Amino acid sequence: MVDASLTLPKRRPFAFRHPSVLVFLGLLALFTIGVTVLSEATGIGVISTSFVKTLGKTLCLCLVALAMDLVWGYTGILSLGHMAFFGIGGYAIGMWLMYARTEGIVLGSLEAEVLPPTPGEVQEAVATQIFGVVGSSELPWIWGFAHSFPLQLAAVVIVPGLLALVFGWLAFRSRVTGVYLSILTQAMTLALALWLFQNDSGLRGNNGLSGLQNLPGLDGVSQDWISIWFFWASALALALGYILAKWVVSGTFGSVLKAIRDDEARVRFLGYPVETYKLFVFTLTAVIAGIAGALYYPQAGIINPAELAPIASIYLAVWVALGGRGRLYGAVVGAAFVSLLSTWFTGGQAPDIVLGPIVIQWVDWWTVLLGFSFVAVTLFAPKGLGGLVDLWQDRRAPNRHGADLGPDAGSLREKEAET
Amino acid sequence: MSALLEVSGVSVTFDGFRAIDNLSFSIGKAEMRAVIGPNGAGKTTFMDIVTGKTRPDTGRVLWGDGSVSLLSRSESDIAQAGVGRKFQRPTVFEDQTVTENLLLALKKKRGPFSVLFYRPSTEDRARVEDLIREIGLTGAGDRKAGELSHGQKQWLEIGMLLAQDPQLLLVDEPAAGMTPAEREHTTTLLREAAKTRAVVVVEHDMEFVRRLDCKVTVLHEGRVLAEGSLDHVTSDETVIEVYLGR
Repeated sequence: MVDASLTLPKRRPFAFRHPSVLVFLGLLALFTIGVTVLSEATGIGVISTSFVKTLGKTLCLCLVALAMDLVWGYTGILSLGHMAFFGIGGYAIGMWLMYARTEGIVLGSLEAEVLPPTPGEVQEAVATQIFGVVGSSELPWIWGFAHSFPLQLAAVVIVPGLLALVFGWLAFRSRVTGVYLSILTQAMTLALALWLFQNDSGLRGNNGLSGLQNLPGLDGVSQDWISIWFFWASALALALGYILAKWVVSGTFGSVLKAIRDDEARVRFLGYPVETYKLFVFTLTAVIAGIAGALYYPQAGIINPAELAPIASIYLAVWVALGGRGRLYGAVVGAAFVSLLSTWFTGGQAPDIVLGPIVIQWVDWWTVLLGFSFVAVTLFAPKGLGGLVDLWQDRRAPNRHGADLGPDAGSLREKEAET
Repeated sequence: MSALLEVSGVSVTFDGFRAIDNLSFSIGKAEMRAVIGPNGAGKTTFMDIVTGKTRPDTGRVLWGDGSVSLLSRSESDIAQAGVGRKFQRPTVFEDQTVTENLLLALKKKRGPFSVLFYRPSTEDRARVEDLIREIGLTGAGDRKAGELSHGQKQWLEIGMLLAQDPQLLLVDEPAAGMTPAEREHTTTLLREAAKTRAVVVVEHDMEFVRRLDCKVTVLHEGRVLAEGSLDHVTSDETVIEVYLGR
């Protein structure tokens, strides 16, 4: 064994050392090509534009599930607030989308005037357009950067990151762990949602931001094309997110994270500053969630404070649990499977089941089914859907680490049997 | 000989119960010490204080040549300063392989960014292989620590302690649940370690303490009752009374 490590050849590229990354990227590429070929804009038009959007949104949910798996599956922090970061990302990009598009409309309508409008007049007109619905015509301070695409894009990353950093620092420093931390994160997302619900939050209260599917300056481009662009962008983000997550959890850093999950006190006695690690992962995953949200909401077209409700973050945990915690593809599979199934069931396509006097209508009963599957998976199959991959792998010969293949001293050793 | 660790006048009270009462203790740089005492004598609390898990109400804990106080520092800081601890129950990371466990413990920079970009060098891997051989787990490097037997886990933990390369080892009942042959091996490992660093062994088993052949500190009700060779302390009247119960 010593010889093997001493003559270690040059390290192979990252993807080759982790074949699961190659498999994942390959499948994702196939899926993306398939959708592109079948879409209305770029292909034969079998898949409707709205379904392309559904698939694109699903990819964003997979990305935020990946973040959840990092923070919960690997590090053991059951955050029930990560959808808040997702929502913040959506709001950040939504502000620019709404401002820039309204500005375009306002400029168009003011063109007929004899005198060219002053910047102040333009801003006032934009504010009236956006905030008339909450009875205001002033642009709140929070929209100070909304005119600038790069600044709002930076906000997608910075605002969730900063919130996670401050919240995490306060929570982890006081060594809040386990269920108490989960409750604290629920409180955070609830507080944020309640604040956003207020009209004077400056983000249009319960109306939220709408019309996000229309990209400013691209009025001539049809939604067929915009949907496939966002689909591609979401696929790319998921691919990059997967590589980043794999890179983080492979190697000693991943070892430390899993060790923190399993026995955090012991990790402290090894000299690792546990709180700093938790803060790092919490903040990193908040940023990933923010990016996922910024890609999701332009496809959804609308964002309102209900998206930040505590239940959203609980769903996120359910996806990861159903898919399989502590394995990255498990989170992706769980999010994709459950959210697509949810679309099918709640879309009214699933046939009703008639049980005598009771008619099970899936639109209402779907959440019940989801709840039961969550309980069942937690009790009977803690590995989730990812456990199926283990079953498949176990059918191949187990690695006996060179030991005898039988109880008899004369039996073949594994090495001999291989040749 | 200048002391590596000097604990003086330390007291701790838990809900009115005085777990450690004006305890003083000191150990040199390359010394083996056995700490014995009946249940509730404060052995574990003593270790908790040194490793930063428990803050004492009064007293001083000084460390190293510069006599730095360890009192206000975090567990991870103290561990990085060179204090290694082995728990009574073997605590290894069962979901990870033997090699991963040892790599985790290997003395390296501990900050998140250094660890994120760290990839084990050839020397690091060779060092881990050496440790695996030393703790008698040759060929088990790729096995999950959870698959190991109780005794093997104990050794893996000792291996992790050695990988940390601490100046002071605090070892809580290392021989618990071991076969006589395994005990023999553990004794050798500990005595080897004590040639270059300070080793404090908390132990119940008198036979094991005799094999360590070192100075003994007897704790009772949070105080040092007696200190000296094993023969000296076992012949002490008060020790016989409280500890040996005769």
